[in-house]
Amino acid sequence: MKTKTYQLETLTCPSCVTRIEKVVGKTEGVIQVEVLFNSSRVKVEYEEDVVDSKRIEDTIEALGYSILGGK
Amino acid sequence: MFKISKGKRIVFSGTLIVIALLGNFFNASIGISNFLMIIAAVIAGYPIAVNAMRGLRFRIVGIDALVTLAVVGALLIGEYWEAAAVTFLFMLGDYLEAKTLEKTRSSIKILLELAPDTARVIRNDKEIEIEAENVVKGDIAVVRPGEKIPIDGEVIEGEAYVNQSAITGESIPVHKEISAKVFSGAVIESGYIKVRAEKVGEDTTFSRILQMVEDAQDKKAKTQKFLEEFSKYYTPGIIILTFIIYLITRDITLALTLLVIACPGALVISAPVSIVAGIGNGAKNGVLIKGGDIIERLGKAKVIAFDKTGTLTVGKPRVTKVKGFGMSEDEILELAGRAEVYSEHPLGRAIMAEAVERFGDIIDPPEKSEIIVGQGINVILDGRTVLVGNRRLMEQNYVDITDEIEEYIRREELEGQTAVIVSDSQEVLGVISIADVLREDARDTVSKLKTLGIKKVVMLTGDNNRTAASIASQVGVDEFYGELLPQDKVAILDNLQGQVGPTVMVGDGVNDAPALASADLGIALGGAGTDVAMETADVVLMSDQLYKILYAIGLSRATVMNLKQNIYFSIIVAGLLLAGVLAKKIDLSSGMLIHELSVLLVTINAIRLLGYGKKTDGKH
Repeated sequence: MKTKTYQLETLTCPSCVTRIEKVVGKTEGVIQVEVLFNSSRVKVEYEEDVVDSKRIEDTIEALGYSILGGK
Repeated sequence: MFKISKGKRIVFSGTLIVIALLGNFFNASIGISNFLMIIAAVIAGYPIAVNAMRGLRFRIVGIDALVTLAVVGALLIGEYWEAAAVTFLFMLGDYLEAKTLEKTRSSIKILLELAPDTARVIRNDKEIEIEAENVVKGDIAVVRPGEKIPIDGEVIEGEAYVNQSAITGESIPVHKEISAKVFSGAVIESGYIKVRAEKVGEDTTFSRILQMVEDAQDKKAKTQKFLEEFSKYYTPGIIILTFIIYLITRDITLALTLLVIACPGALVISAPVSIVAGIGNGAKNGVLIKGGDIIERLGKAKVIAFDKTGTLTVGKPRVTKVKGFGMSEDEILELAGRAEVYSEHPLGRAIMAEAVERFGDIIDPPEKSEIIVGQGINVILDGRTVLVGNRRLMEQNYVDITDEIEEYIRREELEGQTAVIVSDSQEVLGVISIADVLREDARDTVSKLKTLGIKKVVMLTGDNNRTAASIASQVGVDEFYGELLPQDKVAILDNLQGQVGPTVMVGDGVNDAPALASADLGIALGGAGTDVAMETADVVLMSDQLYKILYAIGLSRATVMNLKQNIYFSIIVAGLLLAGVLAKKIDLSSGMLIHELSVLLVTINAIRLLGYGKKTDGKH
């Protein structure tokens, strides 16, 4: 199990939060997602043998939020 | 057209709408104005549609999907003005929200800049410079004037005046000697120390402050749940209803009328216009409120907690009293001012500033001058010795302090003053009292807060209890807490939150940042404030006039009242419209008219807010 935090471009609408949490949360292998609205970050807990970071990043970007960095 | 910034889109589509409206007014061809409206709707609506599509790919129907559907519908049935207006307002609201949000988020960046980045440590008997994060526990760090202490630890050699206002909020640099504790992030003003590292890296007080700000930032996003819940059901609900009605009646005009009338309009802009007007009024009057939920919370505040240094007080030590023993006040001050002419010490500077203010620039510097760290200054003036400093300086030079003078000094100290003794080589000539003084409007502001229904006004400070007690009684707060570290302030705020109710923290320093962020609401005093506190705060008073806090609270309450009027009004109108359309009592044109009128009314109601405070001239 791994936890990674992604820094996104500035989130402006509270509906972004539900949107990202819903979609990333449904991705197979993702255990927990938390969107930190004020700091524009997404904290994802996932099983690394089921899903990789690239897949999660792609999902977030497909929703229209560009990722500035991750750690 | 695809990569235009949001701001440009809004300006462009807004301009087109205005031109089209002017065209209508001057009876230009309907075709041209319609064409302009369509262009405006497409320009502003494009990003909304793109977002809607992104959501739909993951089977999420958001407000953007509803807006897109309604706009497309409006275009199909020829309601170009509605299409243009809805997209324009939607984008404008989004844009304004983004602008205010950006401000709250640069706080971490500024805090990080204050963190020490290099350290000089002794390894293998040699002094080397390394990255602050590479210092390990037990390392000996050497810190010189102007440098930042890189770690938390204990002084093992030397002594210095340390400005740790970034951490503790103490107004005057403190003297640190062997076995004293010092904090990372503090700056050496004069002197030199060696510090043994006890807490390094992320464990230092300063790093924890950083961490607290980060955490506190997201501790708040609980509001607006209602609206989120509402839109979760409202959006798909309207679409399904429209669809069902279409299936039953097979009446495409009715279905689209329903979609256009039932969606956005007054309800969507009811809250934002009030908030935009409230924020606009505030900004014009030097009160920056960083968002709508903050306005809501500020109006409900029950406890106001003030930081002392730089908030209730001016934040700079000043000469408050001069007492001569056998000499006049002016003679003492002139003597001390000349003695301190080269002084870098804050107390010395306060004396000099007062002397310059009273007598003009000092032109006769001392012939000889020696600074004794931790004690004061020893100079030769016109061939005679003059000492300016504390008791220790007098003792070291065998100057006798009589009982009468000692009694006087004690009394001054009890009142929270720092007493600086002026003497010649044998006896005390006078005493200069120095203290951080109250802001002129502090007392008045605190008492007026009570009349606004604030239940409790408290003062929190890192300063010692003696000074705290003195200031607290002068300003008239209900309670005060002294000798606090940043985390203590957070704990006290949590307590007050639980016991009394919504808590507002008013501060200015970096050490306030966690408190500002963790209180229900943080207010920073701008003029005197540091950037960090300003960025972390929810409300920034641009000037350093404390009484603006009264204005901020009044404005917030007026805005919330206005917002509620708007929401209730538009819900009632939306309900009536919905019923009217379903009952076929209202057709598209009359429905549209009511719809437009309601939008107009909520906007006009919000505009009233721009006049708030005019009668009283924005003062208390």
